[in-house]
Amino acid sequence: MALACDKQPNGVANGDLLHLEQVNEAIEKYGRKKSSLIPILQRVQEIYHYLPEDILTYVGTVLEIPPATVFGVATFYAQFALEPKGKYVIRVCDGTACHVRRSMPVLKAIRDKLNLAEGMKTTRDGLFTVETVSCLGACGLAPVLMINDQVHGQMTPEAIEIILDEIMKREGGEQA
Amino acid sequence: MGKPENGRVDQKATIIVDGREVAIEGEPNLLEVIRKAGVELPTFCYHSELSAYGACRQCLVETEDGRILASCSTPVTPGMVIKTHTPRVQKIRRIALELLLANHDRECTTCSKSGACKLQDLSQRYNITDVRFGKRDEKIPLDLSSPAIVRNPNRCILCGDCVRVCQEVQGIGVLDFAFRGAKTVVTPAFGKDMADVECVNCGQCVAVCPTGALIVKSETEKAWEAIYDDSKVVIAQIAPAVRVSIGEIFGMNPGEISLGKLVTALRMLGFDKVFDTSFAADLTAIEETAEFIGRLQNKERLPQFTSCCPAWVTYAEQYHPELLPNLSSCRSPQQMFGSLAKRYYARELGIEPKDLFVVSIMPCTAKKFEAERPEFSNDGVRDVDLVLTTQEIGHMIKEKGIAFDELEDDSLDMPFGFTTGAGVIFGVTGGVAEAVLRSANYILTGEELPQVNFKEVRGLQGVREATVDVAGQEVRVCVTHTLARAKEIIRRVQEGEAHYDIIEVMACPGGCIGGGGQPGTQSPELRQKRAAGIYKADTSLQLRKAQENPLVAALYDKWLGDVGSDEAHEALHTEYVQRRRIKSEGIPVLTGQSTESKVDVEVCVGTCCYVRGSGQILGNLAKRLEESGYADRVNLRAAFCLENCAGAPSVRVGSKILGGLSPNKTEDVMEEIMESLKEKVGSE
Repeated sequence: MALACDKQPNGVANGDLLHLEQVNEAIEKYGRKKSSLIPILQRVQEIYHYLPEDILTYVGTVLEIPPATVFGVATFYAQFALEPKGKYVIRVCDGTACHVRRSMPVLKAIRDKLNLAEGMKTTRDGLFTVETVSCLGACGLAPVLMINDQVHGQMTPEAIEIILDEIMKREGGEQA
Repeated sequence: MGKPENGRVDQKATIIVDGREVAIEGEPNLLEVIRKAGVELPTFCYHSELSAYGACRQCLVETEDGRILASCSTPVTPGMVIKTHTPRVQKIRRIALELLLANHDRECTTCSKSGACKLQDLSQRYNITDVRFGKRDEKIPLDLSSPAIVRNPNRCILCGDCVRVCQEVQGIGVLDFAFRGAKTVVTPAFGKDMADVECVNCGQCVAVCPTGALIVKSETEKAWEAIYDDSKVVIAQIAPAVRVSIGEIFGMNPGEISLGKLVTALRMLGFDKVFDTSFAADLTAIEETAEFIGRLQNKERLPQFTSCCPAWVTYAEQYHPELLPNLSSCRSPQQMFGSLAKRYYARELGIEPKDLFVVSIMPCTAKKFEAERPEFSNDGVRDVDLVLTTQEIGHMIKEKGIAFDELEDDSLDMPFGFTTGAGVIFGVTGGVAEAVLRSANYILTGEELPQVNFKEVRGLQGVREATVDVAGQEVRVCVTHTLARAKEIIRRVQEGEAHYDIIEVMACPGGCIGGGGQPGTQSPELRQKRAAGIYKADTSLQLRKAQENPLVAALYDKWLGDVGSDEAHEALHTEYVQRRRIKSEGIPVLTGQSTESKVDVEVCVGTCCYVRGSGQILGNLAKRLEESGYADRVNLRAAFCLENCAGAPSVRVGSKILGGLSPNKTEDVMEEIMESLKEKVGSE
């Protein structure tokens, strides 16, 4: 069995399995007005790691924005994901500076390590999502990548393997 | 053509267009002033009734100091000196056109919009003989899901007219732009099909689309099939608003009444009998007035909303389920006609209802949806078998090669061919309300009043209000058209800002005369002419009040009994259903991994259910399933409306809906799941 949203035992206990209370909190925090849409969507993405369709409809209904318009906003910005993402989102920079300092072998090492087949972005266990970005603005550290909000500079295939091992070990331990 | 002195220009508030002085008279933008000066600047994305968008770059002009402006989104400043056709403007316009064409499916010969397409028209007008940029190689699939509208994204030029009409005029917003840059598309939410979202099928998007990206779903083939099937008696009913617009397709003037020609044309096409929907509208007026008087006397379910407009009904079902008891239970004239035809007329002809093929000729795309509603079928036989819009019947007349404008008038068949003025004015906004007012006094007291015209409810202003004395009782009437305005009126009524007894709502601007299935590009002037045609038809009739229709009276005598009788109720009234706006699969909570058969369970977390603790039920259920070891045999989802709000909170197990639950009734749901699993195992 698999859960789409990451497991939160407390969520089950208090009935907020869908994190709807958290969505409502975000709506109240930013206000029921059209201009609050983007900060609310950012929070929704933090909660679910992507923007679930029904939550977008829900947010749109509350803010009185048609769902088609919410969808338009969600697809306009690259920061929003409409497909479920992993708990750890790895963004490998492939801007000019990173590319010439061999970012692609780092990417290949990650994909090999995570057994990601061609075209797949997220691992089957929902733990990792791997993406490339055009520039992270940290060219001095090239090649650079981010794991969620952590920046890792001067990467090599060997270094990233150690980092991934650590995460997998930690997650394996938690799950067991 | 010398330049006038500045002082003079300022005094009279004028601008210079192509060397000619033009007065500014409160126009909202430069484009309107230029068009007033007689220069037909091209546009795709400009409609006087929608907000200016400035995307198509066709309305460009050049100023004295060499600036290029999009005139639709430029305010007018006195003293402006502009030119509408210069080498630079011409070049930019042509390149913009060429780029639009490059992204456009240019199979014009098989496009139903060909001949009425703005893109085609402007390409010819600006002499585009070659498109240098190749073709778009990727074909996007068509959306054929809607009963009324076909969406072909390959023909979309991203002008956004449909987006704005749906948001601004109808207040819904079914369509919007999604994605960005070269990947931009206009699409319903989440890339879904039109039939799976909140579209009410009004067809206003079709009416504004400059190309063939949004078109009326053509069903003329079904009509030909029925006509050429000897086992079927094919009858037509003609809606009030069609008689003032069909002629436009054949070069006649808007508002010119061509009912007689249309009757002749339909006979030539092979229809066995030709009737008038206005006859059924007379019946609607009587039934709806009786219903209203009853409610007024009992002071219940007021204000009464009219229910003739299927787009409005769908809107109410989706957005205002709490108002459904207030809607008149009367079927629309189209469906009353269908019901009469299949119940009684088929019997009179001595044929089975399935062998009587009822075709409606309607100004409306939403009527196609209405005719499909399951409430309007008996034993799988639809009351109205086919709905053809004005555009489609025009197409059939052309296909048959009939010279419509030269036809002699012919008269309608009986018994459903006789109408009073009341039935005819249903075709224009305010008409249903006026028809009810013409009957109200008579139905309440049995006395006829001399007053026929109720001019205070007429006209094309957005909202009209009137207080009318009905046998000593004040009746507060409100009439509106477009759903954005209806939304605002509902808000005012619900917040206690406005008080009415009866509210007429028509979804399309101007009412049915401005319907989504009507020909041509709509404008306020066009609707004005068609409305005048309707009132002309009304006054030309000898009888003006529905209760005066002798054939309607005969119908009551012979078949229906009294007004509001059980038989009349069965044949002429209906019920409404709460409708979810967007189909969705919900959010997966548990996905069973078992290879054995599984049960689908949905917990509704829509507003009504959620506030009554459905979130808690969902949590409890997930926990119980895991504890009991059945989690792998269940697909548990959170759904955002099971359309059972009255019984909230609701859970669906397989195909069964359990209502009235509470968090401590989780075991009831578990039992149902066990039961369902047992059945599955049993059946395998």
